[in-house]
Amino acid sequence: MTDLSASSFVRQDLVAERAAPTKTTGFIGFLRTRLLNSPGNILLTILGLLLAWYIVVPAVRFLLVDAVWTGKDRTACLAEKAGHEVGACWPYIQAKLAQLIYGFYPEAQRWRVNLTYALGAALLLPLLMPRLPAKGLNSGLFFFAFPVVAFFLLHGGGISGFGVSWIAGLLQLFEQSIGGAGDLLVNLSKSSAIAPLLWVVGKVLVLVGVLIHWLILPLTWLRDQLQASSLPVWGDFLVTAVIVSAVMFVLGGGVRTGRGALLGSLLTFAGIAVGIKLMGLDHGGFPIVDTRLWGGLLVTLVIAITGIVASMPIGIALALGRRSTIPLIRIFSIAFIEFWRGVPLITVLFFATYMLPLFVPGNFAVDGLLRALIGVAIFTGAYMAEVIRGGLAAVARGQAEAASALGLSWWKTTSLIVLPQALRYVIPGIVNSFISLFKDTSLVSIVALFDLLGSLRASFSDPVWTTPTTAFTGFAFAGMIYFVFCFGMSRYSLFVENRLNAYRRH
Amino acid sequence: MSIAPRKPPLQFALRLKRALGGKTGWNGFAAQIAFAAILAWIAYEIVANARTNLETQHIASGFGFLNYNAGFDVNQSLIAYNNSDTYWRVFFVGLLNTILVSVIGIVFATVIGFVVALCRLSPNGVLSRIGGTYVEIVRNLPVLFQILFWYLAVLAALPAPRQSISIFSTFFLNNRGLIVPLPVSEPGLYPFLAALAAGIVVALGLRHHARRILFERGHMIRIWPYVLGCLVGLPLASMLIFGWPFKLELPQLKGFNFAGGARIIPEFVALTVALSTYTGAFIAEIVRAGVMSVHKGQMEAGSSLGLSRAATLRLIVVPQAMRVIVPPLTSQYLNLTKNSSLAVAIGYPDLVSVFAGTAVSQTGQAIEIIAMTMGVYLLLSLTTSALMSIYGWRINRSMAA
Repeated sequence: MTDLSASSFVRQDLVAERAAPTKTTGFIGFLRTRLLNSPGNILLTILGLLLAWYIVVPAVRFLLVDAVWTGKDRTACLAEKAGHEVGACWPYIQAKLAQLIYGFYPEAQRWRVNLTYALGAALLLPLLMPRLPAKGLNSGLFFFAFPVVAFFLLHGGGISGFGVSWIAGLLQLFEQSIGGAGDLLVNLSKSSAIAPLLWVVGKVLVLVGVLIHWLILPLTWLRDQLQASSLPVWGDFLVTAVIVSAVMFVLGGGVRTGRGALLGSLLTFAGIAVGIKLMGLDHGGFPIVDTRLWGGLLVTLVIAITGIVASMPIGIALALGRRSTIPLIRIFSIAFIEFWRGVPLITVLFFATYMLPLFVPGNFAVDGLLRALIGVAIFTGAYMAEVIRGGLAAVARGQAEAASALGLSWWKTTSLIVLPQALRYVIPGIVNSFISLFKDTSLVSIVALFDLLGSLRASFSDPVWTTPTTAFTGFAFAGMIYFVFCFGMSRYSLFVENRLNAYRRH
Repeated sequence: MSIAPRKPPLQFALRLKRALGGKTGWNGFAAQIAFAAILAWIAYEIVANARTNLETQHIASGFGFLNYNAGFDVNQSLIAYNNSDTYWRVFFVGLLNTILVSVIGIVFATVIGFVVALCRLSPNGVLSRIGGTYVEIVRNLPVLFQILFWYLAVLAALPAPRQSISIFSTFFLNNRGLIVPLPVSEPGLYPFLAALAAGIVVALGLRHHARRILFERGHMIRIWPYVLGCLVGLPLASMLIFGWPFKLELPQLKGFNFAGGARIIPEFVALTVALSTYTGAFIAEIVRAGVMSVHKGQMEAGSSLGLSRAATLRLIVVPQAMRVIVPPLTSQYLNLTKNSSLAVAIGYPDLVSVFAGTAVSQTGQAIEIIAMTMGVYLLLSLTTSALMSIYGWRINRSMAA
């Protein structure tokens, strides 16, 4: 055994310390690796910084440094008056703010708009936070109750009846339409080559009409009785509540299991009654504000939210129809989706504005805003259908197979097993649709509705505020509103996507 | 004696069920009947109401109006047009203007998109942040907002013709539009075009030849000097022999306006700039996603095979990225074409503006005109999606092979 320390192979003293490795993290590291690591890159960095400098500095000067903050009319924003080069003319925005937010909504009634905004926010925010409970109740309130309440709040007016009257009225219209078609065919059969066939079909239709007339007789009789009574709305409400609750009780399984359904139905009707009472719908409601007076951000939000709420059922129906095995329904769904996706939104709005009024009975005037809403809902529905179809395809096939193995019907499989999972997958897609819908609402300004962009454009023509910088100021303000909404939503969509894909992260 | 296989039973009812109801059987058949009845009822209601409404408004339906005189002027037209031409002519004027703005917008959008994508992918921190900011800002503002911004704010703020912003004294930008030099044809134009066409044909032939040599013998032959010679040399020779193919007529300031040159109307400039910057932001994201979808190992494998960086990019990375890029890119091109219909907001005479706008308000033939307009866009998008499914099918086939 030899002494190791004596061996010339073993080092006797410490090696000199090496310098620390070049830092590749933090700001210094960023400078080294991403900005200044080669002559070419240094050049690019300088060019990029110059570019940013020439965009950021004028923008900041325009928006803040050179901006005029107070004034009564255009003279405040002229260079001669201000004594320096004038940037943004903020008093103009101050003067036009009400118009940009509410349009020409009467000043005394604006609290109704604010209340609607507050209600919407109070329902929407908890819906967007994945951690909060009671998503079912919340989404029910937002998607079903809120649109109705918002309609009566914003538009005003009351109701003269309830479920019984409405259903009786609708069925009567249907009966008249069927009877009218039958009469038309019978008349046509006098001068046609396929006369017997037309005659037979016409007579059958007339017969169906008469049949419907007799079938709905109890309902119409009940309606007439209720309308003749002293409290038509509350009487009708009571009858509807009793009938619907009884039906729910029986469908829910009678005495054994129907108590939950009965309770839910009664609670819903109690909520509706509170709503009717609070808004005074039984005696006229709020004063009516015509939709032509609506404008600004109000119209933008109304169209965007109605569009997304109305497009959900359309999209779900079309997506299911496109996956259906029944040929006619599938072909119809495909044709419908591809048609509306193939044409620009502006032609859809033209269609809704100019053609739709021709398609409804002449005595039935369609409101201008409603026409645009119908166009937007159909258009968005077609896009939504494709988004939801993606979600349906993402649900593993085994889920539906397991459900049918358990003996669930197609409706139960779809509504209890497949759709809930599919809708959860497509939340980011739905939010992205909402972003593009929100941006697309600006198109309604072309069909003479004054949304945010339309109001902005209208405000440019006010001679009190015409200055060289008015247009830039207005666009800067509206642009900030659009950007905040869209950017916020896209960040939210990313957040949900990350949450959904959490299992993929390592 | 041979044992003949027994024929399967006919199962007539089963076959009928299949034919009528598909996989769902008689229930499906009943559903189809009910659905058809509802559709027929809605169609009847629409037709009946439309007929009554048109009668009360005294509008004759049909396409006869297309042969009437339009009687209004259009401020930009690629084909000869005056206000005594028919509505047919108006339709084609609008269609051509739509195509013009779409094609030019697509070219610029592609260039912007690829440049911004390169910036975003660049290892340089400043450039990638600038690219990212551009994409976020432009994508989160409505396209109509941007069109109006360029038209009402930027272009309206430009000076009058006398104070035009001059670019190399050949292009002039003012509030009446962009004045550009106008190429005027000279006698040498046709030989020049013929020489150019011949050059392109020969170059393509050479490329084909080189590829065949490569595949047959494995030799890479050098053809680019010859290709360059054909593409540049032939037209150059024609110019030497026959003289200039065209001369540029430069705009000159005369009095209060420009004489000579061609004027591009401000509506066109605003629409092109807005559409191409907006679509460019989307294209940038598509290109970035496409390039990032190619696995890093592909690049490494390419260099370990001894390919140069350029060859790896050209032969390995780009083809794989293109597979991801092309389908969404086409749909962006389609979107740009559809968005060009927003021209109606600023009065650029595209199809929607002159036909579905002015012509509808003059004739009242809303149903026919809007149906024709929708038909044009529908035809375009259906053709594109058909081409895309063929492309997808070919990609799938080549991936499977």
